[in-house]
Amino acid sequence: MEKEQHTHIVKYKTYIFVLIALLFMTFASVAITSINLGPYTVSAALLLASIKSILVLLIFMHLKFDKKFYGIMAASVFLLLACVIFITFLDYLYR
Amino acid sequence: MSNYAHIDEHRDDEGAKIGMWLFIFTELLLFGGLFIVYSVYRYINPEAFHLAAEELDTFTGTVNTVILLVSSMTIAMSISSIQYKNKKLTLILMGLTILLAAVFMVNKYFEWSGKISHGIYPGSPTLMEASQGEILFFGLYYAMTGLHALHIIIGVAFIAYVMRLVVKNEVQHDNFTILENSGLYWHLVDLIWIFLFPLFYLIT
Repeated sequence: MEKEQHTHIVKYKTYIFVLIALLFMTFASVAITSINLGPYTVSAALLLASIKSILVLLIFMHLKFDKKFYGIMAASVFLLLACVIFITFLDYLYR
Repeated sequence: MSNYAHIDEHRDDEGAKIGMWLFIFTELLLFGGLFIVYSVYRYINPEAFHLAAEELDTFTGTVNTVILLVSSMTIAMSISSIQYKNKKLTLILMGLTILLAAVFMVNKYFEWSGKISHGIYPGSPTLMEASQGEILFFGLYYAMTGLHALHIIIGVAFIAYVMRLVVKNEVQHDNFTILENSGLYWHLVDLIWIFLFPLFYLIT
């Protein structure tokens, strides 16, 4: 039972594909921010960063292959962070 | 899969991994707090942050991003290779990760010393003449990238320690939780940089 999760071996190829996707998004975000899109620049860069971090969490950090509750715990931490950011900005935007 | 010789061994893989994840969560909240400070100050001083961010070199930032992403892949691959019982490749991949981390730190050194030689460092006379927002930007820049660099140094030490265990055959195909944990820590360093990079180097 304990060893069960360790039997899953992620192929090298998977990691290479993920790296290519991550590098592609890095260069895409550099390209997007170099042209001026006004307020959309920030959202585009942060959106790409979020997609990148989800890829890292799921594949590199094995959340996709591990037991479900690791993923649930990680998701709740990000949800907590999102709530704190939301409440902080409610204060600063409407004071 | 069950090896009876191992039953007496006192070891809890699942517990060790949960412990590492809990530690990672505290780290995420630490940096998350700093990100909130950054975004609130940016919201209050948009002009000054825009001016200050132009000072940072996007090229160096991009190179360091690529280095960290590749090193994240090599440490992830080392976990697969230890499962394939390929000790030599595991050590090569871990060594590569440390090498890339060193290159990252060298880049960081040149970036910081360039800034410092231009008189931009916390409390410098040049910076004290700048606006409040610029002082805040560079304060946060040094604090956040500095704290991140400290994590890189700790990560390298952790990976080097696990490399020694691999050499001594104490980490093997059926007992590699500590390698996984050092990998998780390294991915955390990568994860933080994924957000530091656009916030400091890209968005101007």
